[in-house]
Amino acid sequence: MSASLLFLLVLLVGASAFVMGRSRAMATAGGKLSSLHSLPGYHGSYAAIWALLPSLVVLAVWLVAAPPMIDRSVLFHLPTEVLNQGNAPAQLALGQVKSVARGLALLSDAERSALDSGSINLRDAMGAKGIPLAGAGEPWMIESATTFNRMTANSHLAMAGVVLLLAIGGTLLALRGISQRFRARNRVEQVILGGLILASSIAILTTVGIIGSMLSEALRFFASVSPMEFFFGTVWDPRFAAAGQAGQAGQFGLLPLLAGTLYIAFVAMLFAVPIGLFAAIYMAEYASNTVRSIAKPLLEILAGIPTIVYGFFALVTVGPFLRDISGQLNGLVTGNYASFIQAQSVLTAGIVMGIMLIPFVSSLSDDIITQVPGSLRDGSLGLGATRSETIKRVVLPAALPGIVGALLLTASRAVGETMIVVLAAGVAARMQINPFEPMTTVTVKIVNQLTGDLEFTSPQTLVAFALGITLFAITLCLNIYALYIVRKYREQYE
Amino acid sequence: MTDMTSSLAGASQRPASTRRDIGIKRRYAAERRFRAYGIGAISIGIFFLGLLLWTVVSKGYTAFLQTEIVLPITFSEQVIDPKNERATNPGKLMTANYPLLVRDALVQKLGLDPANRADVKLATDMVSASARTQLRDVVVANPAIIGQTVPVALLAEGNIDSANKGQIDVTVDEANRKVKDKQLGWMQTLSQDGAMTKSFNTGLFTSGASSRPEAAGIGVAALGSLYMMLIVLALSLPIGVSASIYLEEFAPKNKLTDLIEVNINNLAAVPSIVYGLLGLSIFINFAGMPRSAALVGGLVLTLMTLPTIIIATRAALKAVPPSIRAAALGLGASKMQTIFHHVLPLAMPGILTGTIIGLAHALGETAPLLLIGMVAFVVDFPGSPLEPSTALPVQIYMWANEAERAFVERTSGAIIVLLIFLVVMNLGAILLRRRFERRW
Amino acid sequence: MNMMSEATLEKAVDQKMNAVPHKMIGKDVSVYYGEKRALFDVNLNIRENTVTALIGPSGCGKSTFLRTLNRMNDTIDHCKVTGKITLDGGDIYDPSIDVVELRARVGMVFQKPNPFPKSIYENVTYGPKIHGLARSKAELDAIVEQSLQKAGLWNEVKDRLHESGTGLSGGQQQRLCIARAVAVSPEVILMDEPCSALDPIATAKVEELIHELRANYTIVIVTHSMQQAARVSQRTAMFHLGNLVEENDTDKMFTNPDDQRTQDYIMGRFG
Repeated sequence: MSASLLFLLVLLVGASAFVMGRSRAMATAGGKLSSLHSLPGYHGSYAAIWALLPSLVVLAVWLVAAPPMIDRSVLFHLPTEVLNQGNAPAQLALGQVKSVARGLALLSDAERSALDSGSINLRDAMGAKGIPLAGAGEPWMIESATTFNRMTANSHLAMAGVVLLLAIGGTLLALRGISQRFRARNRVEQVILGGLILASSIAILTTVGIIGSMLSEALRFFASVSPMEFFFGTVWDPRFAAAGQAGQAGQFGLLPLLAGTLYIAFVAMLFAVPIGLFAAIYMAEYASNTVRSIAKPLLEILAGIPTIVYGFFALVTVGPFLRDISGQLNGLVTGNYASFIQAQSVLTAGIVMGIMLIPFVSSLSDDIITQVPGSLRDGSLGLGATRSETIKRVVLPAALPGIVGALLLTASRAVGETMIVVLAAGVAARMQINPFEPMTTVTVKIVNQLTGDLEFTSPQTLVAFALGITLFAITLCLNIYALYIVRKYREQYE
Repeated sequence: MTDMTSSLAGASQRPASTRRDIGIKRRYAAERRFRAYGIGAISIGIFFLGLLLWTVVSKGYTAFLQTEIVLPITFSEQVIDPKNERATNPGKLMTANYPLLVRDALVQKLGLDPANRADVKLATDMVSASARTQLRDVVVANPAIIGQTVPVALLAEGNIDSANKGQIDVTVDEANRKVKDKQLGWMQTLSQDGAMTKSFNTGLFTSGASSRPEAAGIGVAALGSLYMMLIVLALSLPIGVSASIYLEEFAPKNKLTDLIEVNINNLAAVPSIVYGLLGLSIFINFAGMPRSAALVGGLVLTLMTLPTIIIATRAALKAVPPSIRAAALGLGASKMQTIFHHVLPLAMPGILTGTIIGLAHALGETAPLLLIGMVAFVVDFPGSPLEPSTALPVQIYMWANEAERAFVERTSGAIIVLLIFLVVMNLGAILLRRRFERRW
Repeated sequence: MNMMSEATLEKAVDQKMNAVPHKMIGKDVSVYYGEKRALFDVNLNIRENTVTALIGPSGCGKSTFLRTLNRMNDTIDHCKVTGKITLDGGDIYDPSIDVVELRARVGMVFQKPNPFPKSIYENVTYGPKIHGLARSKAELDAIVEQSLQKAGLWNEVKDRLHESGTGLSGGQQQRLCIARAVAVSPEVILMDEPCSALDPIATAKVEELIHELRANYTIVIVTHSMQQAARVSQRTAMFHLGNLVEENDTDKMFTNPDDQRTQDYIMGRFG
């Protein structure tokens, strides 16, 4: 019995449990619904929950846990000479056994007996069923595969039995409990509450997953490359070594990437902060409602544009423009029309990222500035201060902590931005200070290391996780600190 | 009135010395400068928005038109199946020399000398190499066509397409030009003949990846994106709403819920690429899900979108006044009933607005998808979310990395399509907000 | 009551009061918030070195009128003022008149104490600094001391001038705001219900302060407390539904008002 059919059957049991629970509750009420503690629907739901919840949990656990257990038991029964070769070949053999097992299931009886008698060889028999086999295939594989198929079939049968038993048993148990005074609603609500709690735990699980998964992969990386070399290395040269080639570790210095990341983020902030801040001030303090209702959504469109579009913009417009204009400038001054700004450069990536960040700065700061109480503005204006004096000397100082928080959040976004730098910053990992030259970032290298063919054992791949956890740590610190400041700020004016 | 005049007189007698110099001129100049900075900042922002959109639209609107060459193709039996073995070997029709049909038709149409190899090659180069599969599909679908002469609209090669749209500078020296003088001449002949036309580019919406720009489309990528959006919607909305209800309505205010709150706000600001690493490590490496599958992409984007939806939902729940809750509770409804019958429906517009904005964000997200192997050359439509597929923004990324001129046009065209989707979603969110907005 | 004697009394009072020149004159002042009209042709004169109290039920337009006197209404969108208001004979709504200059001459203290989130010292020096009234640190120090002295706050805060102004008690905060206004050396000080957020003891202190300030400044105070108007003011103006009902000597107003509505209000029939 396949798992999906079983699932449907269980649902069917659940549905009938609902109907039975409901009608049973109505029957006990004897036509007087008010004598029931809970509405009949709740009794039905209660029965359905008893039918579905335990059985589906067991089904899920079985589906997840059974295959690895069968694998292990089959692996254990492989010929000793295979097992003695070590773990990797044994796993390989297990994979082949599973392929054979799949193939065996497709064979007709006649083909099967032909195979058993040895009149056709295993590989051809499998090939005819569209299952390619890496080697010639050993006779013991047939035996193991048969065992595998048998165990799988048994497991499925047992699963079906247990699950259906649970579903029906649960239904009966629930139906027995139904009475007039039975608090079905409270029970159902408890289950719903459990579901709600489960849903909110996903947020925590995500964080745990991020940290756990990246940390474990990063630790595997640090097994082959020392953390000192990674965190303080000044050369990034991972050398894409072919699989299994030892001694070709390459150098994994984080510093050039970090320098590029921070440099580009700095240029972007340099561009975005004044523009975004002044836009926010104008919007919050000067703009009439009409201007505000037009300009604010327009700027917000900038925030809604996917970053890949910004990357494309950098690639086809901003980069070439900077390159050409620098050539013209150079020509005017020195007569030599060579460009001193490269199309892919810190400046290109910084400016385009800056454009992307303008709406972040402006809308976050706008929120912060409008939270400054109007009475402070009145106080200052009432003393005869001009608007700009009021803003510069009263509003901004009062909003400063909040604005700092907003800027930190923006910086965190700049550090973690990927698509713009992938297309606009270049891939050369260099430590230098010329903004007209390309540099690369942590995010670019994560993408570089993880696109293409992956092998999850080489440091070349695993380094991406070490880079990832570094990036996560940086942004985490920025975010938490920023959120803390902004929260304190909000509380102050609430 | 006398009262007034007398006091006015009194006032005028007062010495003007009470007036102090408080630097009005200087201060107003500063005021004007400050205001100008603000206007300047907003103008710069809007200028860049305009420049960006103009770049995309001016480079991309031509992608919606495609040059086609209509040629009377003679489906000659001699070329396709000279030994008449298609009845026994259907594979024959798959491997026949279809480009030869195109060559013959062009030679005849343009009146070329078949012996002039160079000219013939130049002429056949004007037709996309996708003509082979196109003609093959025609013949396989309808073998009876063999022996007939039928006009077929074939895609023009990318550079010819560009030249026909006037994007190639013909004053450049011929040696440095992708389109030669002879080809230009033939183009003119064909155009005058009505054989070369520009028509709406349906292929852009129905095709998959191709190394030839004229045959590449976003259809497959759009389907991949659609799968992912459905997964994101199906998972993130119920989970997000459930989590928000618990946190906003039930959770005790203590250290743990405080931690969850900070945690969710942080997750909303974690770089998207980190979610890609999470997906690669947990879904693909640990759970053994297939690489490049829309399912994994959908799960990753779900995790990424959840914080946004939770934050929006909590705000929407918070905006429902406590009086509503008190009223329902006062009638003897349980807390759960109060929330599901009264609070949630009232908060729904806000929740849906937040969800749509989250979805729009997920639709445009690229970086995490690169890491889970969705940077794939996918030609066929994925039949299910488990099959290899790619996504709209990833397709844009891949095209943006192609060097050919015609790909820039395609990239911009794809961006226009993506932006239209986003605009529609955001407009939907705005309309929803306007339509159902309640002021308490 | 004898009509005749009442008229003579009124005349006598008028003569006495007329001896004091008018600092500000409002003529046919109307205020519109968008479509809604909030003030109807108010004619009210403010006498020099006098405390004028504006009273009336809430929403009667008294605060609105007060805010027209230093054009604080300018900060509200869609707010339009018609009529004429003069300060020392000059029209304050004339395009040539500068609002910043005007507010430096007509200071304002608000309903809720609103010290800037800065030190006490900086709060007081804020006005002098923006207007460039002090040339040196010593001058600033002197202004701070004088202003705080005038506000009756000096002894309480002289040892903690550099602590935040928001750390003071409510009454102290309000006196700090008054000191802040005084530091600019205005000619007129407008007070918009300055004691409504204060406890009775703090209120008493502020009222005492208003008494003292009268010697050097012209003061206009909006209050919803008639006892307060009676305690602090010499002239009282009664507003109702955007109209000026009556303006009179405070003593007369509270003992023998001309208008029936004033009487009703003072007797507590509405409000």
